[in-house]
Amino acid sequence: MKSKSLVSIDQCSKEDILRILDNARKFEENPNRNLLEGKVAATLFFEPSTRTRLSFETAINRLGGKVIGFQDASTTSSSKGETLKDTILMVSNYADLIVMRHHLEGAAKYASEVTDISIINAGDGANQHPSQTMLDLYSIQKTQGKLTDLTITMVGDLKYGRTVHSLISGMSHFNPTFHFVAPDELRMPDEYKLFCDKHNIKYYEHTAFSEDVINESDILYMTRVQRERFTDLEEYQKVKNVYILKKKMLDNSRENLRVLHPLPRVNEIAYDVDDSPKAYFIQQARNGLFARQAIICEVLGITL
Amino acid sequence: MSAQKKKELQVAALENGTAIDHIPPCQLFKVADMLNLKELKNTITIGNNFHSKKMGTKGIIKISDKFFEEDVINRIALIAPNVVLNIIRDYEVVEKKTVTLPDELVGLVKCNNPKCITNNEPMPTRFDVIDNESGTVKCRYCERKINKEDIIIL
Repeated sequence: MKSKSLVSIDQCSKEDILRILDNARKFEENPNRNLLEGKVAATLFFEPSTRTRLSFETAINRLGGKVIGFQDASTTSSSKGETLKDTILMVSNYADLIVMRHHLEGAAKYASEVTDISIINAGDGANQHPSQTMLDLYSIQKTQGKLTDLTITMVGDLKYGRTVHSLISGMSHFNPTFHFVAPDELRMPDEYKLFCDKHNIKYYEHTAFSEDVINESDILYMTRVQRERFTDLEEYQKVKNVYILKKKMLDNSRENLRVLHPLPRVNEIAYDVDDSPKAYFIQQARNGLFARQAIICEVLGITL
Repeated sequence: MSAQKKKELQVAALENGTAIDHIPPCQLFKVADMLNLKELKNTITIGNNFHSKKMGTKGIIKISDKFFEEDVINRIALIAPNVVLNIIRDYEVVEKKTVTLPDELVGLVKCNNPKCITNNEPMPTRFDVIDNESGTVKCRYCERKINKEDIIIL
């Protein structure tokens, strides 16, 4: 990693990713290690995100560190008009590490430029959320026993979904094959298809969510199709039930297929899928703890 | 007086300084802004809508005793990529230069993403020029790409 902050998955080389995932595996074997003893980590959630915050704070606690921070910017000076720079510099006086979520895009990058302490981006608007990508990669590696030569099918909102865009970037080192399944309005943007072309990554686009595609896949990565993304409500009505995964669609899928979802889900995975051994989205979220422990150690230069 | 001589006299000759030629007339005052000419105490001649064989009409700016740093002058490539810089010493053109877009634009372009941190915090914008030919730039912060025709100068 070029800097000691993690702002975007694009910063990480193949070696960085493999090292972090290897450490995540060690944390899964033993999550309680006093590696942050005597250290203070600040979790600054300018925008609320309970799931991500709890995961990071659990990671810090299990590493023996102390946590300060806020989960609602309306109680802080930023609601009085304090600049992000001043807030970051003020917290830098107290903490060894800042984990931050912000509604503005580029906020974490800017924060990493104004302070000398490490910044971990826990989501900046619709831009980047690298710890989500790292836990996705860890989940893929863990369930498939490898990261190389896998077929990954992404379903749903491929236009705005930042998790799928980052996953393409993270997987680009490992010779994947992608299937992009989305309605026309939410197709994978050209930018990411050009990225695939440039990296010699095979991809296929579909508008139909068919069992044929599922049966070719090792990973089925589901995302939410949100109504507010559609300019044409009629179009939404047409497609809203097309991209729903039901258990019987998995009948002829590969033994090693696993269903992933960044959560929260609404209705895109039917509840009968939960009973399938191929459903992995709840365990996937649990993996976030280990991935985040590994990321914290990585940015602080702590070796295991 | 010869036709050639008359044409040259349309604007005052420079003893030393920089003459910026072939500025598109519609960009002339933007170029003047970009080079922050209003803060200069030097003698400046600004002319517009001169006849040009190459481009129909053109603007010219002449600044006495001023030689711009490369990264300053290169900024104008954003709006006037085909200008010619004449470096003049002792009434002679000693060098003719063209401008090339720098790799990085700092504090020059507005990010057109309203949710970008640069539009909400007192800080300079930073853009990487990702395609020199098409003039596409990318915000260092929110990663939004902006095509040349959508670029807003700060």
